[in-house]
Amino acid sequence: MRNFAYAKASNSTEAIRLLGHSGAAKFLGGGTNLVDLMRENIEQPESLVDITSLLREIQENADGGVTIGAAARNSAVAAHRTIRERFPVLSQAILFGGSGQVRNMATIGGNLMQRTRCDYFYDAASRCNKRTPGAGCDAIDGFNRMHAILGWSPDCIATHPSDMCVALAALDASVEVEGRDGKRSIRFTEFHRLPGNTPHVETDLRPGELITSVTIPKLDAARRSVYRKVRDRSSYAFALVSVAAVLEVENGVVKTARLALGGVAHKPWRAGPAEEALQGSPANEASFGRAADTALAGAKGFAHNEFKIELAKRLIASTLADLARKDGAR
Amino acid sequence: MKQTLTLTINGKSYSDEVEPRLLLIHYLREVAGLTGPHIGCETSICGACTVMLDGMAVKSCTMFAVQAEGRSVLTIEGLAQNGKLDPLQEAFWNEHALQCGFCTPGMIMTARQLLADNPSPSEQEIRHGLEGNLCRCTGYQHIVNAVKAVAKAGGA
Amino acid sequence: MSIMQTLVQTAARFKPDADPDPLIASKKYVGRALDRVDGRLKVTGGARFTAEYAPDDMVYAAPVFSTIAKGKVRRLDTAAAESSPGVIAVITPKNMPRLVTPSLTDFAKLDKIAASNLPVLQDDSVHWNGQVIAVVIAETHEQAQEAAARVRADYDADEGMVSFERNKDKAIMPKDVLGEPPEIKIGDAEKNLKSAPVQVDATYRSPYYNHSAIEPHATIAYWEGDDRLYVFDSTQWVEGYRNSLAHVFALNRENIRVMAPFVGGGFGGKAGFWWNTILCAAAAKMVGRPVKLALSREGVFRIVGGRTVAEQRVALGATREGKLTALIHTGLTVTPDHARYAEQCTFPTRHLYATEALHVAQYVVNLDMVANTWMRAPGESIGTFAVESALDELAVELRMDPIELRRKVEPARDPTKDTEFSSRNLIEAYERGAAEFNWSSRNLQPRSRRDGAWLVGHGVATAYYPALRFPGGARVRLEADGTAIVQAAANEMGMGVATGQLQHAADRLGLPLHCVEFDYGDSHLPTSPMAGGSCQTLSILAATRATVEKLHRELLKLEQKDSASPLKGAKYEDLVARDNGLFLASEPSRGVSYVEILRKAGKPYLEVEGVSSAPMEMMKYSMASYGAQFCEVRVNETTGEVRVARWLGSFDCGTVLNPKTAMSQLRGGIVMGIGMALTEEMLVDGRSGRIMNRSLAGYHVPVNLDVPRIDVLFNDIPDPQTALGAHGIGEIGITGVAAAIANAVYNATGKRVRDLPITLDKLL
Repeated sequence: MRNFAYAKASNSTEAIRLLGHSGAAKFLGGGTNLVDLMRENIEQPESLVDITSLLREIQENADGGVTIGAAARNSAVAAHRTIRERFPVLSQAILFGGSGQVRNMATIGGNLMQRTRCDYFYDAASRCNKRTPGAGCDAIDGFNRMHAILGWSPDCIATHPSDMCVALAALDASVEVEGRDGKRSIRFTEFHRLPGNTPHVETDLRPGELITSVTIPKLDAARRSVYRKVRDRSSYAFALVSVAAVLEVENGVVKTARLALGGVAHKPWRAGPAEEALQGSPANEASFGRAADTALAGAKGFAHNEFKIELAKRLIASTLADLARKDGAR
Repeated sequence: MKQTLTLTINGKSYSDEVEPRLLLIHYLREVAGLTGPHIGCETSICGACTVMLDGMAVKSCTMFAVQAEGRSVLTIEGLAQNGKLDPLQEAFWNEHALQCGFCTPGMIMTARQLLADNPSPSEQEIRHGLEGNLCRCTGYQHIVNAVKAVAKAGGA
Repeated sequence: MSIMQTLVQTAARFKPDADPDPLIASKKYVGRALDRVDGRLKVTGGARFTAEYAPDDMVYAAPVFSTIAKGKVRRLDTAAAESSPGVIAVITPKNMPRLVTPSLTDFAKLDKIAASNLPVLQDDSVHWNGQVIAVVIAETHEQAQEAAARVRADYDADEGMVSFERNKDKAIMPKDVLGEPPEIKIGDAEKNLKSAPVQVDATYRSPYYNHSAIEPHATIAYWEGDDRLYVFDSTQWVEGYRNSLAHVFALNRENIRVMAPFVGGGFGGKAGFWWNTILCAAAAKMVGRPVKLALSREGVFRIVGGRTVAEQRVALGATREGKLTALIHTGLTVTPDHARYAEQCTFPTRHLYATEALHVAQYVVNLDMVANTWMRAPGESIGTFAVESALDELAVELRMDPIELRRKVEPARDPTKDTEFSSRNLIEAYERGAAEFNWSSRNLQPRSRRDGAWLVGHGVATAYYPALRFPGGARVRLEADGTAIVQAAANEMGMGVATGQLQHAADRLGLPLHCVEFDYGDSHLPTSPMAGGSCQTLSILAATRATVEKLHRELLKLEQKDSASPLKGAKYEDLVARDNGLFLASEPSRGVSYVEILRKAGKPYLEVEGVSSAPMEMMKYSMASYGAQFCEVRVNETTGEVRVARWLGSFDCGTVLNPKTAMSQLRGGIVMGIGMALTEEMLVDGRSGRIMNRSLAGYHVPVNLDVPRIDVLFNDIPDPQTALGAHGIGEIGITGVAAAIANAVYNATGKRVRDLPITLDKLL
């Protein structure tokens, strides 16, 4: 790892100023992914601006939603009473990610900014368009079990590794950012990008912009929400497929549905068409199966991950069925 | 490109000139001379480097020493008081929760946090709570038994 | 077989048996569940592993790895690295000290033990993807890492052979498999198979595996002058490393000292002699300062090999009653030409079951890969997966309980060695296990039990591993105050060797435990075999037994000088050691304490060194440990996820020295078997030969939640042919595990998975 300069910012204005214009500086949250990327020489910043002293409060908003400071620790968010009561899917998703020690360090902003765990991305000897634009992709014909089945491009089939972000995508969250030109809000589902022919551009952040917080709007239905994750061991592994789901059923008919998938695409995959298909449908197996088919319409796998299509369908259908049963019991 | 780092380790204060890139684990081992926190993977997976930072278990291989500026670090060396082992240390020894012992210091530190958060965990909660600490020797069961024994006796 | 070998074997067969070890009957500490002696150091962080030593003036080494599998380094640009801050030297083939090429393990001589016989950084050739092509030495770890990343290599790449799938047709039969014939035929197995009323014929596959000991390989080396070398190393065999270093650096063995007081797990990965140790010693020589070379986790994956990929065919012909008429087991594994290690996957089949006709054969394909090596129960782990899965398939065909089938095929004599078994109680292990596990409640019909979304199944398989012993030495020093120190070069990677050997030494000497010390982990101590192949415990027991006998004979000689001695005129055979001294067996009140003997002789201490005999018993008998692995698995019908819900291992492995350490060893083996069955797989890219998942994030060893409660039973029947009746137990735990899981998965789902690991996609 190359050496670098380190400074700690005490507020967002200072952080943005310390970052400067050169593009050679980076913000440092918990560092749980950035330190690895630097150790692998994938990231080689000349300076780091530590932003962990910035906003870390978890604030209940007047409308019933919450705003989470970007520097809030993952473990603090998962354990927060309001989050657990109003948005259990978020708390669960966080607890399905990493390990206790990592969640104690990792920040919410950092979680959004983590990069793919594609083995070819990490291996300097392999071709990767994300690491070296235009170099080619060795994952397409390589080991691609952990790779995308939706929204990929011939340039990149990597997946976004976060669990938390899948829940945030389902919850219609927004990302509050601040830059030299002021503040703006980015819809969560538009924050991460699909790879297209620029897989190295992973988010909608502009140079110099800082994530200050994440806002989740009020969604009563989310009190009945769940995160399910299927992986290659019982715990402590990235998702093969995960599902964040919210389901509200009234008189046997789906009133509200939110559905997002993890482990399947370059970004947390919000399954909008499936939600539309569910809306107003009877809350039964047939509807859930149709929703699953809709969510995976257009999915295409590779040599080692074709199975994810069927797995995702089954997981969606069974997750919705479980939620419907829970709802019915109320 | 060095800067001054001041922190507390096991109740003792340290101040050294360090490069920002120096990882906390290397600071603890190479500068402070500790032998308990181990390096097993250097990628925040195995947990052998686990220490407590202001009371929270963290992986010292995946943070820079400068991130611990002004903070308090507790390592396995800081658990025993005047030669008397901490209950978790006693239990790990009694229950044979170790073989090679390489993962043990990190495992004990994580177990300490687990019991602080949940003083009477179920077996499943223990197994889940220790997910970030890999052991390749013992078969895990004795580790679970040790944590249970401490919980039963009233905590760490 | 040579004429000499034939003569020795014949002699061994007619050699009368020694009486069983009398200590089997009179043991006091042996068999007790004592706490491990190194526990306090390990729970306080005080146990120093290799990387925790810090000689003055130490510098740091960082290797640079090749990115092609085969060819030459055309140009190595080290300028940027050399001018990088803190860099002391960049070692390349140009300035690397000229070294003797390492020699592969020779089991006949038990001497040098290199895993690969390639010259080490002596030329520009590349033989595997990840080979070291340069080493940077710098003042700090960070500086060395930074500079290593600045070394640039251009290659002339050849088309290497790296894909197992594409090169299977180039398989050859090796000259031998660990000194045994690669092929054995008894009768015409293929003919018998064709005419058998019931047949099973299937192919079983297992991937590359990695040991993934939690301690990465580390070395610290320094020189005194030009010809004295000191090495701390995370090795499983201090003496083998010393001998190999002496060979490579052309030094006298006495001039090298290798120390490994604590090793953070090995599992076979630290037994072969690898490049990191050689490079560290060479670097220390070049820079004239102590050097630390602690491999990164990636470094371990790159330059230390693991278990080979394997494809095995097992074919069984049987009568309707379950008697085997044909047993065929052929195995294809990978080994590079520079390692020549054909993993002995057919070995269990050579000794396990009675059959009319048998055919075992092994083949290898030579790929351009990092040297493959021993990994926990090399051979038997993957071999039992194949043969024990096939036996289960036969039981299904026969509609017979699989334990009943094991009864039908239990042999009276070793089927290929044609000798008696020294101690074989496999069926007893099955029966004890079956009762404890409640096996009788298992459904013969697959897919007939469920619990919500989970299908529940039960499986069983045989565990098997030979009981090996090698000659070795020990030193015992009895002090005037009646305490004793026992010394052997021995390695402690966590198995509990120090604790078990102390228990034995105390009993053998008739001393209280606290009066005995055990010194180990240093090549300056009397010779011990490697801590591998489950041979160390048994070998040191025998060496200590021989040495204590020598001590007692000398003490008796001293005592004879005293005409008033209660032992006057006694013979060694008349004595027992107990209560801090020697006593007549026939007259328990007549005896004399060690303190008294030494006092009268005017000696401040008595020190003797002894060696154990050649292991003739291994030739005369078929000697092995056995076991029955029982498990319950749950398979999620929606997702295909497999969870092991319950485990019971019932073992026949001789006298148990210490149930606490022994059960832990077996549980650890079983967990590694669960990983082998369900989660572990090293991904070698068939285009580049590069290991892609070279971290513990990508290589999935089992986590705590993957593991259920594991119960362990012991027959605890002593083997009359060994010291204390004991066997080594490091390997047997992993054997049979993958088959038991595959068999249980079949029982749960009706789906037979013959391709490890059993990941969920195979069950969707």
